[in-house]
Amino acid sequence: MTSLLPPAQKNWWAVPVGRQEIIWIAIALVWCLIMFFMMPLWHMYGNQNIPTEAYKVTPAKYQAKVNEMIEKYKVREETAMKIPVVAPPDGADVYLLARLWQWYPMLELKKDVTYRLHLNSIDWNHGFSLQPVNINIQVVPGYEMVLNITPNKAGEYTIVCNEYCGIMHHAMLGKIWVKE
Amino acid sequence: MADENNTDEREEDENISPWQQMIDNPFLLLFIGVAMPTVFYTLWGVMEIASIPVAPY
Amino acid sequence: MAQFRQCPDTGLFFHKEAENLMKANAVAGVVCLLIGGILALLVVLTRWPAIHLLPADSFYMVLTAHGVCALIFWMIFFEMAILYFAGSTLLRSRLATPRWAWAGFVMMVIGAVMTLAAIFGGKSSVMMTSYVPMRAEPHFYLGLVIFAVGALIGCFVYLGTLVVAKNEKTYEGSVPLVTFGATTACIIAIFTIASGAEILIPTYLWSIGYISHIDPAMYRLIWWALGHSSQQINVAAHVAVWYLIAGVIFGARPMSEKVSRAAYLLYIFFLQLASAHHLLTDPGLSVEWKLFNTSYAMYLAVLASMIHGLTVPGAIEVAQRKKGLTNGAFEWLRKAPWGNPVFSSMFISLVGFGFLGGISGVVMGTEQISIIIHNTIYVPGHFHATVVIGTTMAWMGLTYLLIPVLFRRKMIFPQAAKLQPYIFALGMSMVAVFHMAAGTLGVARRHWDMGFAGNPLGFEYPATAYLLMGIAGIGGVIGVIGGALFCVIAVGSLVFGEKLQKEAGLLQSFGVPLADSAYTNEKPARLPMAPAEAVEADHGESGFEAPGTFILAMVLLVSFVIYYFINWKYLSEVWGIS
Repeated sequence: MTSLLPPAQKNWWAVPVGRQEIIWIAIALVWCLIMFFMMPLWHMYGNQNIPTEAYKVTPAKYQAKVNEMIEKYKVREETAMKIPVVAPPDGADVYLLARLWQWYPMLELKKDVTYRLHLNSIDWNHGFSLQPVNINIQVVPGYEMVLNITPNKAGEYTIVCNEYCGIMHHAMLGKIWVKE
Repeated sequence: MADENNTDEREEDENISPWQQMIDNPFLLLFIGVAMPTVFYTLWGVMEIASIPVAPY
Repeated sequence: MAQFRQCPDTGLFFHKEAENLMKANAVAGVVCLLIGGILALLVVLTRWPAIHLLPADSFYMVLTAHGVCALIFWMIFFEMAILYFAGSTLLRSRLATPRWAWAGFVMMVIGAVMTLAAIFGGKSSVMMTSYVPMRAEPHFYLGLVIFAVGALIGCFVYLGTLVVAKNEKTYEGSVPLVTFGATTACIIAIFTIASGAEILIPTYLWSIGYISHIDPAMYRLIWWALGHSSQQINVAAHVAVWYLIAGVIFGARPMSEKVSRAAYLLYIFFLQLASAHHLLTDPGLSVEWKLFNTSYAMYLAVLASMIHGLTVPGAIEVAQRKKGLTNGAFEWLRKAPWGNPVFSSMFISLVGFGFLGGISGVVMGTEQISIIIHNTIYVPGHFHATVVIGTTMAWMGLTYLLIPVLFRRKMIFPQAAKLQPYIFALGMSMVAVFHMAAGTLGVARRHWDMGFAGNPLGFEYPATAYLLMGIAGIGGVIGVIGGALFCVIAVGSLVFGEKLQKEAGLLQSFGVPLADSAYTNEKPARLPMAPAEAVEADHGESGFEAPGTFILAMVLLVSFVIYYFINWKYLSEVWGIS
């Protein structure tokens, strides 16, 4: 029961370590360093990195910005609730708003074009979960996040909310269409 | 019984590596274990969030 | 005068006051596990798409209670028992200030009841994380604060006991490795609880109107210093339990005190930084902050876990080989006591934590890979592998060990107990694996209806996702059966198990002291140092003491590497984000 007893030597730090442990520690350390450096390398060479651009913003200001964009670029309305669909020009700032229990407005984007997508919630925490590509971003109220996104495939995409936000959380959806 | 061992404890203490002395000192470890995440995770994180600028519009 | 009794089977000494505290905390923990398990069944049956049992409001209430009960109350109560065991029993010391320890215990019970009352009142379905500005009833937060303060008292009683043991020279040399592991857990717990107080006290004041605003991003930052670190207490504690069980069952000697303790030291330094795992897709935190924290400063805490992953089974292998089980690489493992639930629980905990929980945890905690995993049901898949297969199974094994030693009762249903770890592990592995798989298809966590009932916009997850959630549901039911079996055996043994000592009555199983006749006033002899190791020939090939373990470790590494790069491949296929 020696793991339940004090070490056999008072000066146990001085007891030499066996070869097996040393080899394993060396291998594991190398692997740990590889994993660590993968992250900065991906920042340099990879295409999927969460940017740090973010702003503090009030719900009223953000809502105004969203409305301004809708006025400029609205192309049609969808569903009985007449949710506006916005087709912003290439490279434009796109303001997407999360609220109980809706992603607002809907977007129509072009393939291989980069947009500045702004995300913010005007009430509680929400989770931007773009399906079926499976991109997941936390949306925190009061903080506007800016992502440079480049859709790489045409099709219809759905934004699911994947941060619990109350009783109708499960019905909180949005749409993005990507055209060729 | 305790007295018998006192002398050899003192003799051996001199050779004990500082690493072992640290590991054998729970209060020093407590200090390090609280200070590390407080500085690197909490304080650094709070500073980052606090320095997020207000939206330019 | 401190009173002690010595367990005739193991030779362990129990201080009267410490013994009762261990019992009370362990029993309170198992009660919380029982409640958490019943709630788990309701969660499972709702997320199983074909059954979809509860309506949305009850589902979120039950899910909140399940998280709080299983992840906080069960874990921390049991951890208190482990601290008192490691501090008092293993060091043959009296417990410092038992009255404070009881006060802490009472606070924990009051806090737990208060928070559960708030949740079942129906107006606090805010999930365990309770992100502001979503608001729970004030006593939801207050209960958690009271619970945390109670646990904090327990931590200081443990540290006090270390001081008492040192001053009264109850042991020679350094503390045993298991006690050192418990110290690590205690240190992490103190940071965790302090962070909890830092965020939950203001949130409580906000909920009663004294503070007008809590910043949601700050809340998430500091809450996760509580939420994630509390799981790191479990890691440190269950690794200590692995060493403990390896020592008790096999007489295993740590392969190297230096290596094992240095690995714990890395935990103390770096493990808690990983709270950043939860904030990788949050706004505004810099890349430097994310990289440093999410990688535990270059994965040094992962290195520590990989070290324990070698040294725990390695110590068992060395001990088994000494007994003559030297054929091939794995005779030591084949002929291990697989029918003994103490061992099987512990070993499954070790393997499950490493392969399922550990690998998935590191992968999803990679800064960019978090994009394809954050808040999907992959996350619950991962942490059911760490805290259920890892921690809960380690503690089930310890409970089987303690029923005769601490509670002085013979275990009932020994045949069922043999099977219990396997049933539980099978079910929970299915939950973990199939939730993770469904998560890669985008299924959201904390979500009542994957069919999005009530929304006019059409969207359906692929049929495979429904299938995976269904299989996870079956696994969940099997897991609940395994968990129920554990509760029946554990509680049943305390009530109906044959008494191994005449004083061990019914009330004595639940924290009432044994009669004085069980104890002596004699101070236990000083805890001696482990006997010096005889120099002997190498057992394995080329100077490797534990070649079988090394092979297992390499299998883990290869799986790790492959799975890690597969996820980068998946990530590279999604839309460009910069």
